[in-house]
Amino acid sequence: MPPPLPSALRQFGKPRINRAASPVLALATPWLLVMLGSLSPSWPVIASAPVLPPFGFLLLVGWQQLRPSLFPVWAGFPLGLFDDLFSGQPLGSAVVLWSAAMIALDFIDHRFPWRGFALNWLVASAFITAYLLFALQIANLDGGNTSPLVLLPQLAVAVLAYPVAARLVALADRFRLVPIRKV
Amino acid sequence: MAAPNNRRPGYSRRAQYGNFFGYILAVAGLAVGVILLVVSTGKSGTFSGLRMAATDSAAPAAKAAAGARTGSQSTWQIVTGYFTSGVHVARLEREVAEARVKLAEQAALAEENARLKAMLALAQGDQRPVVVTRMIGSTSSSTRRFATIGAGTSQGVRVGMAVRSPLGLIGRVVETGSTSARLLLVTDTESSVPVRRASDGLQGYANGLGDGTVQIRLSTTAINPLKRGDAIVTSGSGGIYRPGEAIAVVTSLTPDGAIARPLSDPGQTEFVAVESVLEEIPEIAPAPAPKPGRKR
Repeated sequence: MPPPLPSALRQFGKPRINRAASPVLALATPWLLVMLGSLSPSWPVIASAPVLPPFGFLLLVGWQQLRPSLFPVWAGFPLGLFDDLFSGQPLGSAVVLWSAAMIALDFIDHRFPWRGFALNWLVASAFITAYLLFALQIANLDGGNTSPLVLLPQLAVAVLAYPVAARLVALADRFRLVPIRKV
Repeated sequence: MAAPNNRRPGYSRRAQYGNFFGYILAVAGLAVGVILLVVSTGKSGTFSGLRMAATDSAAPAAKAAAGARTGSQSTWQIVTGYFTSGVHVARLEREVAEARVKLAEQAALAEENARLKAMLALAQGDQRPVVVTRMIGSTSSSTRRFATIGAGTSQGVRVGMAVRSPLGLIGRVVETGSTSARLLLVTDTESSVPVRRASDGLQGYANGLGDGTVQIRLSTTAINPLKRGDAIVTSGSGGIYRPGEAIAVVTSLTPDGAIARPLSDPGQTEFVAVESVLEEIPEIAPAPAPKPGRKR
């Protein structure tokens, strides 16, 4: 059984009659969560090898699969630009890859309207693999010379981290729709 | 709920155009990304101002988190300590005994060194670091190995300065902001450090492999005299890194050199010292253009 929440948190969004979701919260939460994931190079982990999954990308795919068309199709451009400022990749890498991923995810969403989580995970794994490989190629264009074998541990971690990211997205989705605005 | 199979959002013209222009924008974003990529890979450092402004603005939060990092690490060490303390104590006692002998030898060596230097009348260069600061982050999901430190141009950090921890060389500064700077770690595949074997001065290069190790390539390749456990130090040629700084220990051999593990794991390092540039690298003057009208 999970430990009980503090009382202030339990009362959060409690009076439900006469309340609606705040549009600011509902619109801003997805963008902020993905940007927070992009800030992972500032997290207190210093690695001498690429080991952490690309959190920003995982969260973007998670949002797009849980709530298709919550992000506009062009969201890959601004979010990717933000990610590039911190990721250490050449600028433009995430802009291209995230834009392409958004367009492809939109296509898959229309092609397979009814999906279970297993299919989502499979699709996300394919996207993560392609993303990491292309990111490696782009980094190698800019002076790097890294072998693709270096990616294997990171790939395993990223594929296994996807369900966690999807749960986080679901939690944030509940949070963003909490009715706190008086009507 | 699944989206309707037809992408037409309804009879509203406005919604239809909005949808259409959304796709146009998405493809335009992709195209702009390709252009950005071509510009940034064509001339590296093009967008460094933009990047460092972003890193500067995220630095205060990252510095606070860096304090927590060492805190959480010690928590983990406390937990593991309960299980490994016996072995630990035995090993430490043995090491202290060995170290006492080494210390006596070192004292003798230092004395001899001072005497020889006095004989040669060598001036001691200013060895004090420019600034001592925290490591506040690293590119943990990209294959490029960059780290961020919490000091920038306002503390005197300049591009090209070497950065070291108490255990050895970590990397060098490649981009500076006003309160933070970006390092190229020695494990990055673009990094190449001139090195020598500590015991006999065998020359070579340490190139990063991107997975936390470095490849040692020797200048002489007829036979491979390296052995496991050899200590590798910087040779100082090229003028970027000071000679004699510890960098790595050989862990396995390859046909033309060895794989070595850097001594200072950036993840275990809290404070690093930024060292002044050993020798200014002169700007390469462009070759004078041939005068017209003197063709033969």
